[in-house]
Amino acid sequence: MKHRTFFWFILPSLAAMILFIALPTVSVAIQSLFVEHEQVMVEVENCGPFKCETVLQVDTEATAVLQEEAPLGRFNGLRTYANRKHLAFEQVGVAWDETETFGAFFSELLNLPFYKALIFTLTYTFVVTPLVVVFGLGVALAVNRVPSLLKGPTIFVSLLPMIVTPLVGALIIFWMVDADGIIGATLQRIFNDPNLSLKASTPLTWIMLIVYGIWSSTPFSFIVFYAGLQTVPKETLEAAKIDGATRWQAVRFVVVPYMMPLVVFITLMQLMDNFRMLEPILAFQASAKATSLSYIIYNDLRGGDIPQFGSAGASSIMTIIGVAILLTPVLIRTWRDFNRKRA
Amino acid sequence: MSTSVADRRSKGLIWFTTSFVVLWIFIAAGPFIWTLWGSFKVQPDFFSKTDWTNAIYGVLTKAETGSAFTSAGYQGAWVEQEFWRNSINTAIVVFFTVVISLTLGTLGGYALARSGYRYAFWLLMLALVFRAMPHMTLVSGYLLPFFEWNIWGRLSTTIIVLVAINQPFTLWMLHSFFLNIPKDMDESAMVDGCTRFQAFRHVIIPVMWPGVITTGLFSFLLAYNDFAIGAVLLSSENQTMVPKINSFLGTVRETGDVMFAVAAAVSALVPLFFLILFFQRQIVSGLTAGAVKG
Amino acid sequence: MSFMKSFAIGATAALFATAAYAECEISSGRVNVLANDFPALKAVTSTAAECTGGVTVEANHNKDFRNITVQALTANPAEYTSVIVANSSIVPLLNEGLLRPLDDLVAKHGQNLKKNQLITIDGKIMAVAFMANAQHLFIRQDILDQVGKPAPTTWEEVIETGQAIKDAGVMEHPFAFLSMSDWNLGEEFVNMYLGHGGEFFKPGTAEPAINNEVGVATLNMLKELVALSNPDFLTYNTATVVPIWKSGDLAIAQLWGSSGGELLGGEGAQEGVAENTVLIGAPTVAGGSTPSSSLWWDGFTISKNISDEDAEATFIAMVNGISDKMVEANNDAAVWLMDSYTPGPAAAGVAATAAAGADPYPMLPYMGLLHQAFFEELPDFLQGNESAEQTLADIEAAYIAAAKEAGYL
Repeated sequence: MKHRTFFWFILPSLAAMILFIALPTVSVAIQSLFVEHEQVMVEVENCGPFKCETVLQVDTEATAVLQEEAPLGRFNGLRTYANRKHLAFEQVGVAWDETETFGAFFSELLNLPFYKALIFTLTYTFVVTPLVVVFGLGVALAVNRVPSLLKGPTIFVSLLPMIVTPLVGALIIFWMVDADGIIGATLQRIFNDPNLSLKASTPLTWIMLIVYGIWSSTPFSFIVFYAGLQTVPKETLEAAKIDGATRWQAVRFVVVPYMMPLVVFITLMQLMDNFRMLEPILAFQASAKATSLSYIIYNDLRGGDIPQFGSAGASSIMTIIGVAILLTPVLIRTWRDFNRKRA
Repeated sequence: MSTSVADRRSKGLIWFTTSFVVLWIFIAAGPFIWTLWGSFKVQPDFFSKTDWTNAIYGVLTKAETGSAFTSAGYQGAWVEQEFWRNSINTAIVVFFTVVISLTLGTLGGYALARSGYRYAFWLLMLALVFRAMPHMTLVSGYLLPFFEWNIWGRLSTTIIVLVAINQPFTLWMLHSFFLNIPKDMDESAMVDGCTRFQAFRHVIIPVMWPGVITTGLFSFLLAYNDFAIGAVLLSSENQTMVPKINSFLGTVRETGDVMFAVAAAVSALVPLFFLILFFQRQIVSGLTAGAVKG
Repeated sequence: MSFMKSFAIGATAALFATAAYAECEISSGRVNVLANDFPALKAVTSTAAECTGGVTVEANHNKDFRNITVQALTANPAEYTSVIVANSSIVPLLNEGLLRPLDDLVAKHGQNLKKNQLITIDGKIMAVAFMANAQHLFIRQDILDQVGKPAPTTWEEVIETGQAIKDAGVMEHPFAFLSMSDWNLGEEFVNMYLGHGGEFFKPGTAEPAINNEVGVATLNMLKELVALSNPDFLTYNTATVVPIWKSGDLAIAQLWGSSGGELLGGEGAQEGVAENTVLIGAPTVAGGSTPSSSLWWDGFTISKNISDEDAEATFIAMVNGISDKMVEANNDAAVWLMDSYTPGPAAAGVAATAAAGADPYPMLPYMGLLHQAFFEELPDFLQGNESAEQTLADIEAAYIAAAKEAGYL
């Protein structure tokens, strides 16, 4: 395709992405290198309905003057990335020097918000992603054998976990797993432990989040695999049968290799989405037991009264870098495919 | 599956697949059947701290309303809280988001699939990295310019943002669909004297629908279920369904009307049910064509 | 709640019927109010919207209003002419200088406002408060009678009574407070620390001063309390605890005063719960005399970046919004600060807490950052993973990192 034609075809899409994603991303990246001006404080007397007191307030006029001189704030280099809320080099160094065993160092590391979040994020990503692929394939293989009359409703039902708004879906499940809810009470009976609470124990909360993650993402991989199954060439399957392959062997050596590109596609999207997981933590009110990188960003922007844009920006950029690292194998594969196609 | 393969299925396998499907349906649909049933109860029954079986039998619902079922949640959401306004807003947002995303996406995806130059690859990769940006951060960045340009709060602004944020996924998916359509088709049209755009219009458009519809389903779900963007970019009269549902859930200092939220969420599923039944065939044939290429 | 809501709506509908005689007449201007989403504030804005004449009055009630206030008011002209804030959410607006001093408007149109409704900063009126709120104790009289204990006035008594209820086998987890690991938990620390008479910052600076004995005592008291609470305590917010109270599974709880109306109303509650629910003031702690609670007000502000005409129209409309007429129609929707308010039983707890001299929530530019550090680091301690000293050190470290970024240190 000619450069010129290509340009006109891609222009609207590219313009939208540059305007609403690329430019904001660049500005976030720049902003994360700066911190706010030193706030000029003055002592004033505040009075309210309850009492008067003398406190510090920001002298907005003096601060505005500083703001005018350098609108971005004070240049801080990569120090925001290195501070305690992020990579915490200093604290990690101290912990390394002061701890005797690796286990002790590890628990010091877990005391730092970024590493705590990173560990859960990675666990979640690497447990949920493969299981979603496997379950999706299993469900697709099974649904494929459903009599055609029932296929439509079965597909709709299979998609339900993905299409209901997570806000309410997770809220209901959160109540079901409550110690007094249907699932929580049943589990208590099964394990014969009246004090069992999914919400009170850290390992159980992790398991609950992971199970919810698998449950809500399986429909995505199911629908992709189900579609892929329709294209598996019947001749190849037949040939395998004639050669005496069992069903399992037919799936293992014919269906799965044929679906490899789909596996890559699903893995790619799932790695990305799971790495950015946030909603389950909020809906299950699990932030005391498990935090993710996106939760840190959420907390910086929405958790308190004062949004911390610089800190959130730094975490966002690190999320992007994390996703890029996760995706590298896929990128290399696509690059090879692409070059093969050009050749 | 061909019949000869089916013939050789053992009884055990049939038993196994059937029970697997039944189990899956139970897992996938269980919470929603529970929700649907519970949406006709009063809150102390559905979220019962006393005994979860109350949600099934509606003990307090009976005590409060005289019947084991009540439509108070639906009444409250749709009549008292005028949830229909929010559904109209959602309908507008979803319709335009899907149409615009797909228009931009087909043009761009087609170009990416047909260009052999390296920059096409890098553009695709860049789009993927763009997709990694947490929406929360992006939205916070939009606020100030949107207020300054006086475009905050409008449906059109939200639509454009949703389109842009969804573009990387749309481009990727449609690009793989177009890779599956043989190059010879449009190239022979161009040999016959068509321009690139004419070839696209007369040769490609007629055969691309399955892929477009599948991609459209995902755009639809994104716009339909969007919370992060609509919640901060829309003024109250333009609010869409999900932020409104969230507003039923109460604040730090107040409990909310949780049953309104449950009823509203159940109602929100109805159009999706018909949509999926209607497009079921296309969804399947669409994904077949495209996603195979990854 | 739905009772209160329909009550408020019914009341406003009745007012609309007579709105033709509204005394509020504004010839021109634009009024657009941004506010949180709960019934009492809706009563205020809908009464403000009764003003007639050339004025347009609109309101946006949004739970996420905090996320957009600063940007919305920075633009010139600002989208919103007024924001209804509380003592914490006013801070970012003050920090950025986005609010208009109201002295001249108060002098011109605010004759009916009481002196204590006016929030003054450095001598300038920046907001007009109209309602109050605070966390305080809710007790179940019947359960307390059963174990023969009086209503607790100190946290030590709360623990003693709670333990007695537990030992008597009446309830496994008799106590709850709003200990969810988000803003709620931070608020519990603030309350308890204030009750201990602690100072959050070194005087005259933004440097934290919580890593001390008072901090340790606060943490230990919180830990003793969560031992009486359900093990799920880190997921307990208003929406969780109120239904548990209604189901009769709690004997003592520290909740927002604004939950009082709902709990006394008893809609959806087990038999005997609402009748025995009593609202009392927040307890004191460690022999101190100030209640362990912080007082909150809600009030309206006027944006700086709007025309004087719009500002005046907004002020008149909002004063109408908090007029006696509104209070009379919505008397039980909140604890109003206006004279025409007749305190009902739902206001008893807030009134007792305020009368006992509780401190207002600190309206400091950097308080929000410290509050955030509290709830980020507290769960480790409350779950028994960490010593009190380590947690306090972590809180200070987290706060210092955030405050440096924001330019306060």
